[in-house]
Amino acid sequence: MANIKVYVPRDTTACSLGADSVAVSLQHYFSNNDIDCEVVRSGSRGLYWLEPLIEIETDSGRIAYGPIGPNIIDEFIAAKCWKINKEHWSYLGVVDEIPYLQKQQRVTFARVGVIDPLSLSDYENHFGFSGLKQALDMSGQEIVSQIKDSGLRGRGGAAFPTGIKWQTVLDTESDQKYVVCNADEGDSGTYSDRMLMESDPLCLIEGMTIAGIAVGADKGYIYLRDEYPLAFTVLEEAIVLARNSNFLGENILDSGKNFDLEIRLGAGAYICGEETSMLESLEGKRGEVRPKPPLPAIKGLFGKPTVINNVISLASVAAIIVNGASSYQNYGVNRSRGTLPFQLSGNIKYAGLVEIPFGVTLKDLLYEYGGGSRSGRPLRAVQVGGPLGAYLPESQWDTPLDYEAFTSIDGMLGHGGIVAFDDTVDMSAQARFSMEFCAIESCGKCTPCRIGSVRGVEVIDRIKAGENSVKNKELLLELCDTMVTGSLCAMGGLTPYPVRSALEHFAEDFESGS
Amino acid sequence: MLQYYDPNKNSQPGQVIDPRRDYGTPAISIDADETVQLVTLSIDGQEVKMPEGTSIMRAAAHLDINIPRLCATDSLQAFGSCRICLVQIEGRKGFPASCTTQVEEGMIVRTQSQETAKLRRNIMELYISDHPLDCLTCAANGDCQLQDMAGTVGLREVRYGYHGENHLDAVKDESHSYFTFDPAKCIVCSRCVRACEEVQGTFALTIDGRGFESKVSAGQNEAFMDSECVSCGACVQACPTATLMENSVIENGLPEHDVVTTCAYCGVGCAFKAEVRGDQVVGMVPFKGGKANRGHSCVKGRFAFGYSTHKDRITKPMIRNNIDEPWQQASWEEAVEFAANKIKTIQKEYGSDSVGGITSSRCTNEETYLVQKLVRAAFGNNNVDTCARVCHSPTGYGLKTTLGESAGTQTFDSVEKSNVIIVIGANPTDAHPVFASRMKRRLREGAKLIVADPRRIDLVKSPHIDSEHHLNLLPGTNFALLNALAHVIVREGLEDKEFIELRCEDDAFLHWKEFISDPKNSPEAMAQGHWSAGRAHYCSGKTLWKSR
Ligand SMILES: Cc1cc2nc3c(=O)[nH]c(=O)nc-3n(C[C@H](O)[C@H](O)[C@H](O)COP(=O)(O)O)c2cc1C
Ligand code: SF4
Ligand code: SF4
Ligand code: SF4
Ligand code: SF4
Ligand code: FES
Ligand code: FES
Repeated sequence: MANIKVYVPRDTTACSLGADSVAVSLQHYFSNNDIDCEVVRSGSRGLYWLEPLIEIETDSGRIAYGPIGPNIIDEFIAAKCWKINKEHWSYLGVVDEIPYLQKQQRVTFARVGVIDPLSLSDYENHFGFSGLKQALDMSGQEIVSQIKDSGLRGRGGAAFPTGIKWQTVLDTESDQKYVVCNADEGDSGTYSDRMLMESDPLCLIEGMTIAGIAVGADKGYIYLRDEYPLAFTVLEEAIVLARNSNFLGENILDSGKNFDLEIRLGAGAYICGEETSMLESLEGKRGEVRPKPPLPAIKGLFGKPTVINNVISLASVAAIIVNGASSYQNYGVNRSRGTLPFQLSGNIKYAGLVEIPFGVTLKDLLYEYGGGSRSGRPLRAVQVGGPLGAYLPESQWDTPLDYEAFTSIDGMLGHGGIVAFDDTVDMSAQARFSMEFCAIESCGKCTPCRIGSVRGVEVIDRIKAGENSVKNKELLLELCDTMVTGSLCAMGGLTPYPVRSALEHFAEDFESGS
Repeated sequence: MLQYYDPNKNSQPGQVIDPRRDYGTPAISIDADETVQLVTLSIDGQEVKMPEGTSIMRAAAHLDINIPRLCATDSLQAFGSCRICLVQIEGRKGFPASCTTQVEEGMIVRTQSQETAKLRRNIMELYISDHPLDCLTCAANGDCQLQDMAGTVGLREVRYGYHGENHLDAVKDESHSYFTFDPAKCIVCSRCVRACEEVQGTFALTIDGRGFESKVSAGQNEAFMDSECVSCGACVQACPTATLMENSVIENGLPEHDVVTTCAYCGVGCAFKAEVRGDQVVGMVPFKGGKANRGHSCVKGRFAFGYSTHKDRITKPMIRNNIDEPWQQASWEEAVEFAANKIKTIQKEYGSDSVGGITSSRCTNEETYLVQKLVRAAFGNNNVDTCARVCHSPTGYGLKTTLGESAGTQTFDSVEKSNVIIVIGANPTDAHPVFASRMKRRLREGAKLIVADPRRIDLVKSPHIDSEHHLNLLPGTNFALLNALAHVIVREGLEDKEFIELRCEDDAFLHWKEFISDPKNSPEAMAQGHWSAGRAHYCSGKTLWKSR
C-alpha cells in the first residue's frame, strides 16, 4: 500500500482538545505495526465543533472524521478508520463537501487546514510565493495600484482602504520605512488571525514581503500577542524557512530587493492592538495612544513611514496579486469588496470560521452556518465586531454583512467576530461589562475614557439598583456622548456603542430588579 | 558674535513672544534664514496668519483667544490627553483637539459653541468626580489651572457624586526636601513626566499602570528622593495642580509679585522670576524669557535660594578702618564716601595705578560691566579683571586670537540646530546642567555626539543618549587630539575654504597651515607620543560644537 497521509491539525483549539496526543497515538500505532502511514500536522479547517478533525488522504479527496479526541482515538484505530470506514459514527465524508465548508468562498484561507504550515513545498504547490514572484517584477506603484483596485479594506477593524494607506507610505520619502503586522488580535470572539498564522504562516510572510517591496520598506515587524505561543513557534519556524530559501532577507530571489522580519511579543494589553499604542510598544515604551495626525503612514515606527496592517489584510495580498485585482473585487457588495473570514462564537451551535463574500445577512450567517444557539434556546442578542461593537437585537439581523450597512445601524463589522447570546442573557450586565472592559483596558491617557469608563460602571450599577433611574439613564447617555466625541482613540470612542445599543434595544433589562 | 543663531531673529508671526504668557504649544523651530509657509485661517471669525506646523491652540493664543486646556503648556510638545481643548473645524467631523491639530490654509475654527461648552463641562465633571474638594485650603488655591478651568467651563455640579472609585487616599510623597508630591490631586496629565523627559532629559518619571490605575511614578514606584530625579524642578513647574508643589509655597502661601533676575550660582546665567511675598522669596521660577535657559533651571537656582534671607547674609554696608577693628554698620552714603576717600587717598599717595577692581565669576555681565566702568572712568586706569580670567585666560586668549572674541561664538540656542556636537574636557550635565538639558534634547532629536574626555562622563551614555564616540584620551592630550584632527582636515583638503577666505587673514592662516601640516602633528605621530615634546598646553573646560 502506498504511503497514506493522515492529517491531524496543529492549531491551538484542536490542541486544547487533545490533537497532539491524538497525533502521537496514531504515529505510535503506525510505526509499531509497520503501517505505511504518515501523520501530517496540518492547520485547522476552522470547524471547531468537529475538532480534533482528522483527515485521511484518498484518491477521491480527503476523508474527514471528527471529533476524535484522545479518549476516542483507540476506538478510532480499532475501527480501522484510517483505512476509511464509512460506517464509523465520526465519518464525515469528503472534507470539501461538508456543507459548512463547501458553501464558503475560501480565498484568503484557501490553504488553511489543507497544507502542512511548515512545508515550503506544500506552500509552493498551492500557489505559495507566486504572488511574491510576480510582485518582484512589478514596480511599487503597480503593486499598490493592484491593491487599490481590489477594493481591499483593513480587516483589523477600521476598514480603511489598504491600497490608499500603502500609497501614502510609497509617496512619503524617507531613508527608512517599515511594515508592521498587527497580530495583537485582542477582540473577544475573534481568532482568524491566530488560525491564519498557525495554519498558513508563509502566507502572512509573503504578504508582508510584498507590502515591503511595494512601499520600499526593508524591515517588518509582527506584533504578536503573547497569548499565542503556538502561533509564535510556527511563525518563527516559518520565518527561518523563508529566509533559508531566500524568500526573505537580502536580495530576495536575486531581485536586488531586501526585506526581513522580526516578531515582537506584546505584554497582554488590549490597547496595544490600537496602531499608535502598538508603535509605542514596539519602540519599547508604555503602550499609550498617540494623537493622529501625524498618520503612521507618514510618521510611524521610530518616526518613519510605516504600513500597519492586520494579519488578514496582509494575508489577502498575495492572492490579489496572483489572481488579479478584479477577481477579488468581484466578491462582495457596494464598498465592501472581497471576502471576510467571520468567526462564530458564543452561544452558537456550529462555532467556526466562515470566509464568505460581504453581502450575506447576519441572520443567514447565524442560522445557515451557525445553526442557531447551542443551548437550543432562542437567540436574543449578537455582538458583532468585538468588544467595541454594538449588541444587535433580532430586528437588525437582516442587515447585510457590509461595512456601511453596519455603520448605518450604529454597528460595525470590525474584525469579523460574532458572539451570540441566547435569551438568558442580562443585557445590563453586558453593558456594564463593556464599560468595565474599557476601564481595565484603557491606556489611561485621555480623561473621557480613563475616568468615564469607571463612572459608566457605577452609573449602570445605580440604574440597576433603581437609584434615580431616569436621571441616571440620562447621565449614562450623556457620558456615552462625552466618550464618543471626546476620547482620543476608538477605545473610549467606541465603548459607548455596545452600551447604547443594550440600553436602546434591551431597555427592559435595565429596570431595577430585572 | 558673528553669524550667531537667534531664534527670535526670524520674526515670523507666532515666533516672538511675551515670556509671561503660555501659548499652549511650542513655537515651531525655524532658522534665521529659513522661510516657512504662512497659512491664513480664521478662528472665531478673526483671521490670523501663522507658520505651517503651528497648532490651532497657539494660533488662537496670538489672537488672545484662550482655548481652555489642561495637558498643554508651551514648554512641552502637544500631547492631546485632557480633551478640554476640543474645537470645531468647518468641514471636519468630530471635535479635533486644538493642541494637536495644526493650522491649515483656509481653516475655519470655532472654539466656543454649545456643543464644545457641554463637552468641556462634562469632561471637567469627570475630573472633579475624582478630586478632593479642598480648594480653599489647597496650596495651589489661586494658582491652579484645574480650578481655573473648572471656572472657565462653568462646572456647576458633579452628577456622579463623590463616592465613586477615586484616588483620594493616595499617600503623599514628602521625601524631597524642596517639593511634595500629593497624588490625591493628580489629574494624570503627564506634564511632569514630559517635562522630566523633554525639558530636563532625566527620564525619572513615568506613568505606571493603565486606565484608572494610571499614576505618576518616580523611578520604579520609588520615592522621588530615591529615584533618578536630579531635583531640577521642571516637573513642579509644569504641574497644573497642587500635586507637585514647592514646599516653600506650601509653607508660606503664594507670592504676590515677582522680579525677574539672574541666577548667581553658575556661569550659565539662567533668568528667573523671583517670586516674592513682601521681602521674602517664596519661589524661584525659571523665566521663559531667559536666553540661556528658556524657562528651565537646575536645582541650585530653582530651590537653593535660602541664602537670600539667611540670617548670615550681609545686607547693610559695614566699615572698618583696619583688619583688627570690628565691623561697624554704616549708611550707604557713609560707606560710599568712606570708600571713595580711601581710594582717592591711596591714589594720591601711590599714584593712580595703585588701585583696581576684580569681579567674581558669579557676577553677571552687567555687574562686571559696571565695575569696569567705575575703574576706567573713576579710577582712571585699566586695572580691572574678573576671576573668570584666572581659570579661563588660556581659553580667552585662544579664542580671542583665533576667533577674534574671547567668549563663546554662539548662543546657547544654537545647540538646537547642531547636527554634530563635540564635547572636549567638559562635563555639562554636572557643571552646566541647564545647557546640558538643552543639548540632550537635540541629541535625542538625532544629533551626533563625540565626547573626548578621560572620564566616562554622564553624556557618554545616559537615558536616550549614546555618544557616537567616546575618546577617553590621557589627561593633558586634548590639544594633541585637536591638532591631529586639524592635521587630517588640512592634509585631506577638507577645510571650509569659503569660510577661510571670508574670515581669516591669509598670512596667519598659511602660517598655521604650514605648522599643522607638519607630520609631527599627524594622528600617527601623536599616537606614538611625540605630542609630549615641549607642548604642555592644558586645555580645560572648553565645550566645542560645530553648528550645522
Ligand atoms: C482599542 C483598539 C484595539 C485594536 N486592536 C486591534 C487588533 O487587535 N488587531 C488589529 O489588527 N487591529 C486592531 N485595531 C485596529 C488598529 O488600530 C488598526 O486600525 C489596524 O491594525 C490597521 O490595519 P488594517 O488597516 O489592516 O485593519 C484596534 C483598534 C483599537 C482602537
Ligand atoms: S480613548 Fe482610552 S485607550 Fe484611547 S487614548 Fe483615550 S484613554 Fe487611551
Ligand atoms: S489642586 Fe487645584 S482644584 Fe485641586 S484642590 Fe487644589 S486648588 Fe483646588
Ligand atoms: S525634579 Fe527634575 S529630574 Fe526630578 S523628577 Fe522633576 S523634572 Fe525630573
Ligand atoms: S503630578 Fe501634576 S503634572 Fe504630573 S500628571 Fe499629576 S497633575 Fe499632571
Ligand atoms: S490641551 Fe489639548 S488635549 Fe489637553
Ligand atoms: S545657573 Fe543656576 S540654575 Fe542655571
